[in-house]
Amino acid sequence: MTLEIVGISVLWLFLFGYIIVASIDFGAGFFSAYSEIANKKHVIHQVIQRYLSPVWEVTNVFLVFFFVGMVGFFPKTAYYYGTILLVPASISIILLAIRGSYYAFSTYGIKDNKAYMFLYGMTGVFIPASLSIVLTISEGGFVRMDGGEPALLYKQLFVSPFTWSVVLLSLTSVLYISANFLTYYANAAGDDRARDLLRKYALVWSGPTILSALVIIYQLKHHNAEHYTKMMDVSWMFVVSFLFFVLSLYLLIKKRYFGWSFISLVLQYAFAFYAYGISHYPYLLYPYLTIYDSFTNRTMAVALVIAFIAGLFLLVPSLFLLLKLFLFDKKYVKGQV
Amino acid sequence: MFTYDPVLFSRILTELTLTFHIIYATIGVGVPLMIAIAQWVGIRKKDEHYILLARRWTRGFVITVAVGVVTGTAIGLQLSLLWPNFMNLAGQVISLPLFMETFAFFFEAIFLGIYLYTWDRFNDQKKHFLLLIPVAIGSSASALFITIVNAFMNTPQGFELKNGVITNIQPLVAMFTPAMPTKVAHVLTTAYMTSAFVLASIAAYHLFKGNRHPYHKKALHLTMKAALIFSLATIVVGDLSGKFLAKYQPEKLAAAEWHFETSTYAPLVLFGTLDDNKEVKNAIKIPYALSILAYNRPGAEVTGLNDIPKEEQPPLYIHYLFNLMVLIGIWLTVIAALYWAGMKKGLAFTMKKSFLMQLVLSGPLAMLAIEIGWYFTEVGRQPWILRGYMKTAEAATKSAHVDTLLVVFSLLYVVLGIASVVVLTKMFRNNPVERELEERALNQGGVSS
Repeated sequence: MTLEIVGISVLWLFLFGYIIVASIDFGAGFFSAYSEIANKKHVIHQVIQRYLSPVWEVTNVFLVFFFVGMVGFFPKTAYYYGTILLVPASISIILLAIRGSYYAFSTYGIKDNKAYMFLYGMTGVFIPASLSIVLTISEGGFVRMDGGEPALLYKQLFVSPFTWSVVLLSLTSVLYISANFLTYYANAAGDDRARDLLRKYALVWSGPTILSALVIIYQLKHHNAEHYTKMMDVSWMFVVSFLFFVLSLYLLIKKRYFGWSFISLVLQYAFAFYAYGISHYPYLLYPYLTIYDSFTNRTMAVALVIAFIAGLFLLVPSLFLLLKLFLFDKKYVKGQV
Repeated sequence: MFTYDPVLFSRILTELTLTFHIIYATIGVGVPLMIAIAQWVGIRKKDEHYILLARRWTRGFVITVAVGVVTGTAIGLQLSLLWPNFMNLAGQVISLPLFMETFAFFFEAIFLGIYLYTWDRFNDQKKHFLLLIPVAIGSSASALFITIVNAFMNTPQGFELKNGVITNIQPLVAMFTPAMPTKVAHVLTTAYMTSAFVLASIAAYHLFKGNRHPYHKKALHLTMKAALIFSLATIVVGDLSGKFLAKYQPEKLAAAEWHFETSTYAPLVLFGTLDDNKEVKNAIKIPYALSILAYNRPGAEVTGLNDIPKEEQPPLYIHYLFNLMVLIGIWLTVIAALYWAGMKKGLAFTMKKSFLMQLVLSGPLAMLAIEIGWYFTEVGRQPWILRGYMKTAEAATKSAHVDTLLVVFSLLYVVLGIASVVVLTKMFRNNPVERELEERALNQGGVSS
């Protein structure tokens, strides 16, 4: 295994971690805002707030970790993606700012404000949409080289059906992942009404996620044939992913083992996400940038890997403590502490 | 007519983001230490006032951290968005501390989350106090790693650059640059000092308004003592920083001091104006002081700006920034020392309104000095972004729309800034100390047998 592959695997793992924890956070925010507007606040608001409050900053760090690590292992991405993403990433920053400040001002400071709540709920949908653009751009076809300078083709990006399919998948996934997890959490909290409502949301969004994923695979055949062919080479992973989807959905329908249902869902996404990532190899940006020509030097890569391993020794026990206190602590989950 | 200049707009936008972020970052580094001190004193003295002090500071701190996370994410991304060429080059050499900074912040965020939501989950206050230690270590470590990156920009080393290709990279040598010890020490001591003064301002404000509750007196006393200690440390570190500049970045010191001719027995120039022949007018000159600041000897030779190629000289207005920063630092040390001496001798002036007013102003002044200090060091590095290797103009993005983004981000920071002030004041106004003390006394009376 080369250092390039070690590097991208570590980053891909963190991006996956971000996608799961951030989806829970974004979706929860959306449901929270929706329940406020649909007058179902009393049902699910409490459960969501108890889960979200202690962990949101941690969620954000996953993202920062990913992009700092990306520039560390693959400095040329700073040049390519930094130049291309000026506008899209700035939009994401602003949306993240609205979201972060909601936590600061509403959860810790003053009583809920309806307009802010609405804005916050909408960021839960718009942030994944704006971030998903990066994956779309990475497929190629939306960047032009102007005398060695990459430039984003806004119009092509905006009118491409492929872009919108990816956006759709990101939205449906956020809502599905989040509803599934919160069903488990509400069940653990012994809040049956919240659980039933969230379970209903999860069931509603399960179909659209799979449909939009299939549409994307179909569109990729035309948009980037090379990537599509490589995806077919790892098609077994998509099959495994689908089996986990069926298992997760089955448990949800049967109203049993909500925890296992969520674990199956994580595995479903893990297989699909890794199959996508592996078939994307070696390109970071079709057709200009691969993990090999953007890679940093060997010395720095080894230093980063060592720092990463040392960091994990610090982080894993701390994360475990956080989860133990807030996620697996029955008394806290039930609101008795 | 205006022509679109992405370099200029990138600089303004970065300055704007940093100006805003540094307020929250400074509080983020310094306040956890102050909370830890208050909680520790509370536990040792079994004094409910100090415990409540720690609790209330924490509540406010959370708001500033949340905004700091947002602006920190913004500047983290903007480094690549606005300075892609710089990150492409420097990323190969200096990404290790950037990477470690995320770990430090990760660590801090996890324990801050735990600390916040577990105030009443431990019967033993000491156990809860222990959770604060990783928060304080994490936040100071974040400052350490980020300052290492800034030090690298001032005195880059640990690599060779030939025809645009970087070779022979030594990540640790790049981290431990000549600028690193004094810069890190300066950032940390001033963050602690500023946070102490900011918290002292709050206590002084209540006393100034005539509220003589012992809670506020204890708060003022604790914070002013800490402020004095960190101010003195800052002066020592500031002196060492001057010596670092003289040796490794003479052009920055020369521009800061309007020292044009290389000479021995160099005087320290305070304020003043320059005429067309670059003659210093209307300035206060302290004989030999610059030589002493630079090398501890009045006869030492200090490099003048005329020995630096014209196109590599920093702008001369940094002289005023340097003067202001130093003067504010000295003024704050003096009032902290006066307060301490007054309390020691039991003199009444420490509770006089005119003196309390000075203490109220100390927090904002300290924060102003932080801002001015950053402008000084960043502008003083110009025209370089990576001193000796890459100029700021070569580093910036060439993308369109930076001007629009500047407007959008300005709006964002205005909104965030106003909102955080409003929320913080509301939060404490609606829940005054006296009421909270009463409630806590009632609760504890009910629980303990």
